[in-house]
Amino acid sequence: MKAIVSVVGLDKPGIVATVSTTLANYNINIIDITQSYAHDFFTMLLIVDFEKSNITLKEISEKLKEAGDKIGVFVTIQHEDVFRAMHRI
Amino acid sequence: MESYTSTEILETKRMIEEQGLDVRTITMGINLLDCVNPSLDKMKTNIESKIFSLAKNLSRVATSIEEDYGIPIINRRITTTPISLLLGALKIVQEIPLEDIQSYNDPLFQKYNIKDLKISHEAITSCIEIAQCLDNISEKVKVDFIGGFSALVHKGFTRADLCLIQSLPKVLSITERVCSSVNLATTRSGMNMNAVKIMGNIIHQIAMNTKERNSIGCAKLVVFANAVEDNPFMAGGFHGIGESECCINVGISGPGVIRSVIKDQKKADFETLAEIIKKTSFKITRMGQLVAQEAAKRLNIPFGIVDVSLAPTDRPYDSVAGILEEMGIQITGGPGTTAALALLTDAVKKGGLMASSYVGGLSGAFIPVSEDKFMTEAAKKKILTIEKLEAMTSVCSVGLDMICIPGSTPPSTISGIIADEAAIGMINNKTIGIRLIPVIGKQVDEIVEFGGLLGKSIIMPVKNTSCEIFINRQGRLPAPVHSQKN
Repeated sequence: MKAIVSVVGLDKPGIVATVSTTLANYNINIIDITQSYAHDFFTMLLIVDFEKSNITLKEISEKLKEAGDKIGVFVTIQHEDVFRAMHRI
Repeated sequence: MESYTSTEILETKRMIEEQGLDVRTITMGINLLDCVNPSLDKMKTNIESKIFSLAKNLSRVATSIEEDYGIPIINRRITTTPISLLLGALKIVQEIPLEDIQSYNDPLFQKYNIKDLKISHEAITSCIEIAQCLDNISEKVKVDFIGGFSALVHKGFTRADLCLIQSLPKVLSITERVCSSVNLATTRSGMNMNAVKIMGNIIHQIAMNTKERNSIGCAKLVVFANAVEDNPFMAGGFHGIGESECCINVGISGPGVIRSVIKDQKKADFETLAEIIKKTSFKITRMGQLVAQEAAKRLNIPFGIVDVSLAPTDRPYDSVAGILEEMGIQITGGPGTTAALALLTDAVKKGGLMASSYVGGLSGAFIPVSEDKFMTEAAKKKILTIEKLEAMTSVCSVGLDMICIPGSTPPSTISGIIADEAAIGMINNKTIGIRLIPVIGKQVDEIVEFGGLLGKSIIMPVKNTSCEIFINRQGRLPAPVHSQKN
């Protein structure tokens, strides 16, 4: 199963590290990562793979939220199917 | 591996987080025909166990989909076979003299004097007990509403139909979750004007019975012309007799999403407007279909339809009138409104049809006055009137919906409004729903607060001229010429 993680917030050191460490802790693989930056505002989007992980989407969603709260960024995760259904014919 | 641009990902996130895109309802349609039994107690047990066995996991599955996909699912609902089809099996209902019922179906029997209905107290009580049974089981399986306490009387009444209709004032005042509908006209068979007359009285009685709560009982009853069999929305949803044993229907909404995409299109021509509405409708329908299929898979129940209906809520961006005003109508109800609504409804349907082969229900745009902030504002300014709403309903997907009128409105006038609306549906081969709320004790311009999804509204004026002689005529309006399609 694949999912899309998005991270939004004010830029500061350690955002990529925090998010990727949380994902790595649960054996979730990052397969694509993009980031953009405008007016001190940071947006990062990751496509991640759950194949080797035992954690559920709900659980990782809570872990990511916790980690994000600590450094003041907003992290959400959604099943990839949502984006495929909406944006691909 | 599929990859997505950041614009695509952010568009989806904005739709959900900022523009209020949600799945309005996951509705499980359940056939109850096999629950019939001459004994009331046995019938109740049958209904309870069938609904429980099929729907016990509905709410849990809906929550799990919410969590996995990050899409809010607002309501969990059940629709059932129209209950009047079951009631006829009850012994107590069979004791009603046929002659009494037939005088309602063929006024020629007693042309100038339809007998007062003598339905026994026990028969009415049986209907009420079935409704309470539905109310209890829906609480037990944690669904918000159960629709299907309904009767299909477009061509005439059965004993059970009349029993059910007579029980409505009590049923809708003592139950919380039970929703009811009565179909009294179709393009194919014409309009049952005796039912139109009766429903005017019944709506008045429901209003009286719930007058302490702003006559809210009337919000749980929809009178229909050309009712659809797979509607997942309330109050008018029921599981039609052509439907399968059990299926999952999903209603998806998102007026806020449509509104925000046309907000930046101040100078766009009509083709561009239609195109962007279609594309957005496509996207939200696809999301609805994804949720419907996933729910069907997890519950091991076949997928039925997706209903893409722009349904307003009290959230500021969730307004259908707001979309019309973004298109350039200063105040909804003013000149241009009907054309703007026609463009919107049609484009929403087209986008939905491209996205899913099984679009059904009512699909289009709803215009419930009390639930839509901009519509309520327009009514306060006297730009939006019942007469203009009547015109708008000829191009929207439903009809006169959640309209508060003075409690003193005579029942025959309520019947007159129903007949006008149903005539639009009958002649134009279109579904029409009518949900009027005569708020007892309130006058024109007074504010009524319902709370929750039902919102708040203003009492709208009804023209003070009688149609009593017309409504008191008996019989059926003949079906229109284009009913003869075969």
